Amino acid sequence: MTALAWLIPSALALGALGLIAFLWSLNAGQFDDLEGASWRAIDDDAPRAQPASAATSPGDAVS
Amino acid sequence: MDQALAIPSRTAPASAGPSVRAAVRETETITLAVEHMHCGACMRTVEGALLEVPGVRSARVHLSDRRVTAEVESARVSAEALVEALDSAGFKSAEIAATSGGPMHDRDADLTRRLGVASFAAMNIMLLSVSVWSGAGGDMEASVQAMFHWLSALIALPAVAYAGQPFFRSAAQALKSGRLNMDVPISLGVILATGMSLYQTTRASEQVYFDAAITLLAFLLIGRLLDQQMRTRASSAAANLIGLKASAASVIDAAGHVERMPLRAIEPGMRILAAAGERIAVDGIVAFGDTEIDQALITGESAPRRVRKGEPVFAGTVNLGQPIEVVATKHDENSLLAEIARLMSAAEQGRGRYVRLADRAARIYAPAVHILGVVTFLGWLMSGQPWQEALTAAIAVLIITCPCALALAVPAVQVAAASRLFSKGIILKAADGLERLAEIDHIVLDKTGTLTVGEPRLVNSADVPRDMLAKAAGLAAASRHPYSRAIVRAASELGIAVPGVHDVVETAGFGLSRQTPAGEVRLGSARWCGIDRASDGELWLKPVSGAPVAFRFADKLREDSADTVHRLQAAGFGVEILSGDAWAPVEIMARAVGVEVFAGEKRPDQKIARLDALKQAGRNVLMVGDGLNDAPALAAAHASISPAAASDISQTVADAIVQGSRLAPVIELIAVAKASRRLALQNFGLAIAYNVVFVPLAMAGLVTPLIAAVAMSASSITVTANAIRLRSQNLELKA
Repeated sequence: MTALAWLIPSALALGALGLIAFLWSLNAGQFDDLEGASWRAIDDDAPRAQPASAATSPGDAVS
Repeated sequence: MDQALAIPSRTAPASAGPSVRAAVRETETITLAVEHMHCGACMRTVEGALLEVPGVRSARVHLSDRRVTAEVESARVSAEALVEALDSAGFKSAEIAATSGGPMHDRDADLTRRLGVASFAAMNIMLLSVSVWSGAGGDMEASVQAMFHWLSALIALPAVAYAGQPFFRSAAQALKSGRLNMDVPISLGVILATGMSLYQTTRASEQVYFDAAITLLAFLLIGRLLDQQMRTRASSAAANLIGLKASAASVIDAAGHVERMPLRAIEPGMRILAAAGERIAVDGIVAFGDTEIDQALITGESAPRRVRKGEPVFAGTVNLGQPIEVVATKHDENSLLAEIARLMSAAEQGRGRYVRLADRAARIYAPAVHILGVVTFLGWLMSGQPWQEALTAAIAVLIITCPCALALAVPAVQVAAASRLFSKGIILKAADGLERLAEIDHIVLDKTGTLTVGEPRLVNSADVPRDMLAKAAGLAAASRHPYSRAIVRAASELGIAVPGVHDVVETAGFGLSRQTPAGEVRLGSARWCGIDRASDGELWLKPVSGAPVAFRFADKLREDSADTVHRLQAAGFGVEILSGDAWAPVEIMARAVGVEVFAGEKRPDQKIARLDALKQAGRNVLMVGDGLNDAPALAAAHASISPAAASDISQTVADAIVQGSRLAPVIELIAVAKASRRLALQNFGLAIAYNVVFVPLAMAGLVTPLIAAVAMSASSITVTANAIRLRSQNLELKA
């Protein structure tokens, strides 16, 4: 029965860790735009930044 | 979260002196609503177009909201510049006064947080409870069992107090106003279950229901969250649309200077400049200029109207040709657009009185449950039991009858229905729209844009030589005129490459021309091309040498319009056509699709009058329409559907939006709505059947925590599984 003394707290701690991770990701906006995120995942191109690499025209960006 | 597009900061480090810091450019955040942004490619185009504007630090699309947020240097970039950049990339957009999120998103996040906490607590308490159940009566010592119960209490009490708040608050509100809703028995069940379990834990009894209470909350929060998310989507779409209405106008003062002024400040008599391609801001009379106006937003008609000096124009229409000057005749709040918005909100209020299925069930269920609890308590007292035992039995009844399955019955079906419809290109917007759609027995259709495609199509492309079509498309690509767009579309449908042409000149009301080394090429009206015959052809191409070529256009019926109408009639629905167009074309279309009842030249208020007459006759009307002129009728009807090409306001008020070029999804939508109603009622039946089995047990005091937990989960899973059947069912349409 002494095993319970550390098994139960560690089980609860692991659960709490999961909960904290979930709450953090929610606050950090990970679930804000689920539709957009699903597209960004399959986007092969490197992230663009202005102004240096923004030479492509909007039309090119589509292809 | 912006790491993908973060721009290396050009600002000086904080340690730099004040003089350096003064040079740091101020930044601000601008949020734009963007129309017709649907996929990853659109997302990249929009972000790319904004990042090309000098002074834009970052741009990030929020696809679910159809919005983009840009961080800009306020001194260099205005919202108008961003709108323009998106316009040239092919996206219509408008600034909206929105910070990240808004109240609806906050409510989403709040429910999600509570669901997370409830799920964590439920899983851990279940872990402890299962150990107790499997150890009880075996080798588990009473002290260990007590410890497990205390641990459960330690987790459950704060979790219930936090996760249960939405239910407690709603129940308190209902009680305060003297009503009963589904949240009253829910709150009562959860609070009593938790309170009694705590009391029993102190007495080292086995009647501990922490697991049931918190699992119940987790299940219910799932239902609540799904419902809330549907609402959030609808409201953010509505906010986007308000933004897309013109919010400022260019006013010409007495000295001839042009000044941007907010719409509120426009007085009748002011002269307003409407540039080519710009939305006209107020109702007025053309004082100078000659152009063509796209009135699709007002009338739903696709063919542009020619306006000359002295003719009226309406707010919300788009100037397709030359810049014009308009003298305002009305205040913003008196414009036709505002009038339609007012008709619409009045009509929507009537719909607000609709009571949802779940609430109707709650009105019967809640009192019945409470009476059962009281009866149990009194019954036990009368049979000579001590009051503690009587109270325990009564609380057990309230826990068992806690309407978990009942509360899940409708949301589970709605989510299954929404995902089935979504996969067929139908977007379900209003949460209670499905319930109202299930009740309809009469269908009113608009003509243009609903039965028909809603835009002119080139009908004689087979007669036009391919090289001529290519030449015409090259010229037409430079114009926003609907006929021009029809030519470009016809060319690309035939696989003809549209040549890139630069120096095209557009003359409003006449056509396009281009100087080539060999001479002038013209595309436009018969007069523009120097042809006397006004017949057979709306548009002509006059090449440098050779005979002019005629192009004919017509608004075609959707290919499955007649078939869809026929199937609806065969299923027993009354079908009629109500259009703002002239009687003659309405009659031709009505004959073509086989509809007996039709009416033309109907203004928005006359359409509402017709719907009211049908309502008086006891009909539940489904309105299918697309134009702004249909919007009030869409809001007034019992249920409404809009095609995806519809004006934005119509899409906002419609219960569902049908994508694609076919009308048949309307049938699928009605069939799914009817099936959803059937399944929801089945679910109520299942939930009640489960009560019929377990309530007598609870009243007899035979329910243990294990039975309560199993019964609770089993009934929730049963109704959810029953709802999921909707995704794969073959549905027959019946009125």
